[in-house]
Amino acid sequence: MAVKVRIPTPLQRLTQGQEEVEGATGTIISLVDDLDKRFPGIAERISENGKIRRFVNIYLNDEDIRFLNVEETIVKDGDEVSIVPAIAGGRQ
Amino acid sequence: MGHIKGLKCRECGREYPIEPIYVCEFCFGPLEVAYDYESIAGAISRKKIESRQQNLWRYKELLPVDGEPQAGLNSGFTPLIKADALAKVLGLDELYIKDDTVVHPTLSFKDRVVSIALTKAKEFGFDTVACASTGNLAHAVSAHGAMAGFKRFIFIPATLEASKIVASLIYGPNLIVVDGNYDEVNRLCSEVANKYRWAFVNINIRPFYAEGSKTLGFEIVEQLGWKAPDNVVVPCASGSLLTKIWKSFREFKDIGILKGLKTKVFAAQAAGCSPISTAIKNDTDAIRPVKPDTIAKSLAIGNPADGFYASRVVRETGGYAEDVTDQEIIDAIKLLAKTEGIFAETAGGVTLAATRKLIESGRLKKDGVTVICITGNGLKTQEALQGHTMKPYHINPNLASFEETLGKIKKGQ
Repeated sequence: MAVKVRIPTPLQRLTQGQEEVEGATGTIISLVDDLDKRFPGIAERISENGKIRRFVNIYLNDEDIRFLNVEETIVKDGDEVSIVPAIAGGRQ
Repeated sequence: MGHIKGLKCRECGREYPIEPIYVCEFCFGPLEVAYDYESIAGAISRKKIESRQQNLWRYKELLPVDGEPQAGLNSGFTPLIKADALAKVLGLDELYIKDDTVVHPTLSFKDRVVSIALTKAKEFGFDTVACASTGNLAHAVSAHGAMAGFKRFIFIPATLEASKIVASLIYGPNLIVVDGNYDEVNRLCSEVANKYRWAFVNINIRPFYAEGSKTLGFEIVEQLGWKAPDNVVVPCASGSLLTKIWKSFREFKDIGILKGLKTKVFAAQAAGCSPISTAIKNDTDAIRPVKPDTIAKSLAIGNPADGFYASRVVRETGGYAEDVTDQEIIDAIKLLAKTEGIFAETAGGVTLAATRKLIESGRLKKDGVTVICITGNGLKTQEALQGHTMKPYHINPNLASFEETLGKIKKGQ
């Protein structure tokens, strides 16, 4: 088992059209940095200076990581991570 | 007019041309209109504003349109009422009510934002306007859209008060009633907005639309004799109104129309939908979405788009937030009616009830000038008061029957 990461449409250009990719276990921020090795450019769209951007919501198994341990939230084998742009006007 | 520089991402600062777009392609932050304040400072003055017609367009240099206004020519410039009777009950030194229960033509502050949005939609060349609404916005888009000759699609949650539905239908829009709450309607609308080339006032026109709320703040300053209040209490749904009222004060300061600015901004929410006040009370930036359950349906946005910015304004200005129960909302609506003769919608009850709590807790100081923003008319939400008002006296059509009842009234029965 690995970590499933859901990629939002605006970022799929960086994942060669894949809606879902595999992610690394560890912290959320290390998962993002690891994605960048395979999909260069994706990390700076999601995070800045080690922090997740304010209008990018990340869910770990449907719970918003802001209400877990934010960037340091631990991701384990079998977890699902969703990256969702908040967009002014609600989660879309 | 030429005072607009473009659109700018509030988060990463990337710049975009003036187009019907609302989100930064790079970091997903919201886009905001950027102005050339130096040229505005040279083009506008207290005297010039005072010489203009009494509608919201008297501040046009600070609004994001290029040409002449095409909607809302009679909207705005609502009364700022010195509320001495209410001040006495609350124990405040000096209290004013910004009375947007009487905005022309649909009796809520949404007439302001829609005036700007539809003028901009014309400039962009749209023939259809649309919105996701909790009611007041539906009325404003239906009415102004009819006057300006737009096709209209209005999306509302099915739980809205019946009277609010009639008040949209009378203008003949396409009214789409969605089985879901406002947040679900909003999500559906962003999908529709992606597919159809329509001007969704609170989606792809949002950067322009939201600027219309500033006119409420400009008017407060002008009507106080070109002074900003010490305290202002603002109801929060998306949080946009609060953010823009603060922006209006700041802009007046930046272009030299206001000399000083030390206003504290306070947020009011219903206890059944309080993501913004909860964040403020917990001293955090993170807005936790909620499922709304309150009679204040016009404030029932569980995932507020501008919640982060609203909580930041409250914190930065030294204000605070309160949330109030349905019963407190009803009591406050009655208090406002009995003391000042103003019948506010439930959101107005929220604002007044929150003000009361803020005074009781000492967060809002009794001295100084306080303004509370009452943003919609009570005739729209009468259902909320069912069973909570006095009962009428029923009599037969003769003098004896009347006098019998009069006797009882005098005895206080």
